Amino acid sequence: MAGLKQQVNQAGHTVTPPLWLLAELTYKCPLQCPYCSNPVEIAAHKNELSTDDWIRVMREARKMGSAQIGFSGGEPLIRQDLEELIAEARQLGFYSNLITSGVGMDEARIKAFKKAGLDHIQISFQASNEELNNFLGGTKTFEHKLEMARLVKKYEYPMVLNIVIHRQNIDQMTDILDMVVSLDADYVELASTQYYGWSLHNIDQLLPTRDQLERAEKIAHEYQDRYKDKMKIIYVVPDYFEGRPKKCMNGWGNIFLTIAPDGVALPCHSARQLPGMDLPSVNDFSIEQIWNGSNDFNKFRGMDWMKEPCRSCDEKEVDLGGCRCQAYMMTGDATNTDPICTKSSEHQALLDDVARIETNALNHVEEKPLIFRNMKNSKKHLDSLTKSE
Amino acid sequence: MSDVISLESIPTISPMFRLQWEEVQDAFVILYPEGMVKLSQSAGETLKRVDGAASVGDIINDLEAQFEGADLKDDVLQLLEVSKENGWIKTTS
Ligand code: SF4
Ligand code: SF4
Repeated sequence: MAGLKQQVNQAGHTVTPPLWLLAELTYKCPLQCPYCSNPVEIAAHKNELSTDDWIRVMREARKMGSAQIGFSGGEPLIRQDLEELIAEARQLGFYSNLITSGVGMDEARIKAFKKAGLDHIQISFQASNEELNNFLGGTKTFEHKLEMARLVKKYEYPMVLNIVIHRQNIDQMTDILDMVVSLDADYVELASTQYYGWSLHNIDQLLPTRDQLERAEKIAHEYQDRYKDKMKIIYVVPDYFEGRPKKCMNGWGNIFLTIAPDGVALPCHSARQLPGMDLPSVNDFSIEQIWNGSNDFNKFRGMDWMKEPCRSCDEKEVDLGGCRCQAYMMTGDATNTDPICTKSSEHQALLDDVARIETNALNHVEEKPLIFRNMKNSKKHLDSLTKSE
Repeated sequence: MSDVISLESIPTISPMFRLQWEEVQDAFVILYPEGMVKLSQSAGETLKRVDGAASVGDIINDLEAQFEGADLKDDVLQLLEVSKENGWIKTTS
């Protein structure tokens, strides 16, 4: 890329700037979505960076070339210093994105965020009707979310509505799209659940069947066509059915820098689970040291780490071998080919598991109950780990 | 094209987008929710003159003065049309 200041670091990798800073301000959340992408171990990571820490992180990342900042969590609205952080982000020249469930927001705060210079608000819905939305979120939030979405428009923010799609809500695709149309969203993200963390625990209840998926895709495409001048609808289908993995995070250590609530810097929000990670913290290192020099961020940069079949595959630049976390979770080795790929030796095992889940779904067999994301269930999980050690 | 941009119309950057200079990219960029487009040098030079006051004609004159008499009218109009299609700018009339 001409003009882009790249540099080669000591490990010999070409390093591009961390364009995207994802600031996970807190793991606290009033909702309990069973597909939450936070780690199941949230109860073990309760420390949170201070306002000053975050300001330092933002300054350092901006200097490295970060242009987008996402305030997320958990629920970022829980942080009472959010207004202050937004103002600092604006002053530094970030494009700031607030990624929220809408719970903890009211008109006064929306106004204050605008004054502080917030650029965009993304609100997530769990479903298009009150009952299912409130069931999935584990709390009553639907009416409030609708009201917040209307206020986001009133204060002239670009509005993204995000709905995580899975077996429990995928059959409501038409209703979901009618809802986002009526709320006048500018962008709509229909994000298929990705399976790690809480969602992997609950995959038996969440993975849609192929039939469901085909129907939903057809509907989504109709709406994409019909509203193409009004809103941008993005539907990311689950890679479980694709035969080729996604280029996870657009490449490890390529554009995404996630900072967890306790200050640990991660190449992707799920990377904490991988073995052999140093998990450098912004409490001990600068962003420059972490991004350019840390073992973690260099681990899967580029393609040198690959084994067969990826190493000699002519598609390796397209997907970079897929998701490292998925490879680890399904094969026990993070340097393996993502089993989503038909060339992976573990692909058949994945298909068998998908078939098992689908058979159970069609016969309404529930092997284990849905687990909601909350501190109590996280503690239970942590206890079970210590017991089995 | 249905809405051809006239020399008299006045373009503004749409409130849904932000144009800014990025030091590390060594380029102007357009920022929007969760995304960024890096502009070519000529696109950056043109769009940075979009300030809600200058007309399309003013912008062309200004660019032609800076680039010493080059005939830039068609290029600029084309770029502004694409920018409008992308929603980056709005124009009066
Ligand atoms: S996915 Fe649900 S539970 Fe997880 S942080 Fe978002 S709103 Fe909270
Ligand atoms: S073998 Fe590896 S590089 Fe090739 S398509 Fe599969 S995941 Fe991608």
